[in-house]
Amino acid sequence: MQISINNTLTDTAAQTLQQLAEELSLPSKGVAVAVENQMVPRDEWSSHTLSQGAHVVIIKAACGG
Amino acid sequence: MTEAQLQRYDRHIILGGIGIEGQERLLQSRVLLVGAGGLGSPVALYLTAAGVGTLGIIDGDTVSISNLQRQVLYTEDEVGRQKTECAARRLHSLNSDVCIESYPYMLTADNAEDIISGYDIVVDGTDNFSTRLLISDTCERLCKPFVYGAIRALEGQVAVLCKGKATYRTLMNAMGVNGDTPNPDKSVVGTTPGVIGSIQASQVIQLICGYGNPLIDRLFTIDLTTLFSFTIDL
Repeated sequence: MQISINNTLTDTAAQTLQQLAEELSLPSKGVAVAVENQMVPRDEWSSHTLSQGAHVVIIKAACGG
Repeated sequence: MTEAQLQRYDRHIILGGIGIEGQERLLQSRVLLVGAGGLGSPVALYLTAAGVGTLGIIDGDTVSISNLQRQVLYTEDEVGRQKTECAARRLHSLNSDVCIESYPYMLTADNAEDIISGYDIVVDGTDNFSTRLLISDTCERLCKPFVYGAIRALEGQVAVLCKGKATYRTLMNAMGVNGDTPNPDKSVVGTTPGVIGSIQASQVIQLICGYGNPLIDRLFTIDLTTLFSFTIDL
């Protein structure tokens, strides 16, 4: 299945957001994920199903000023 | 408004979203900036230039040479001096109409409520997760909007929190961080806080004047290596 991650088209075997996080080796803390411009709470990653063409945005935690 | 103010703020007054009424609101507003560093520099400069009535600045740091790469409020001959003192001098020379209230110490759980309660809006210029959490919790309790901004290397974020349903805790939960999480990355190009601080100042002016669609319950992110930006519902 092809999805977009931060505006880059990417092939993935992941069916859920949690599987995608594992596939991309995202750190367990310090990143947020949004799908279709809607933030997905971390405890919903395993139940959030990805569909073909999904727009995923990965946001790194930042605290500089 | 005086004749001098009509001239000074002419470009605001001729703008549909501001006009005389919006400028009057700016002149009567009280904005608190927490942290006068990379983000705080453009925030303070643009809000002072825009003619906010009172700008409070809280920061306990002194100017260091490594600040000058991005903290455009300060100059070489100010290294070692108190940031709030230098900022007040610079901002007063930019617009002497604006009342600058300086707090030359850090925001803490003991002083946050007293200080924040005296302002209409709080702007984020801090450099750690815990102070942002303190600001957000206090703003939520006092029903004051919190214009959040944060940077990391070549990326930045802005949101208006504590005005709708989202607070900094919402964002922290989504990111999987807490008040004890250390700064993950201190590297930064000076223009990153320039871009993000300018957007924060723009949001403050927008909130005061009431035009457009400010980032209430939405997180704006930008990557300066690609200029890709996203606006995420929180």
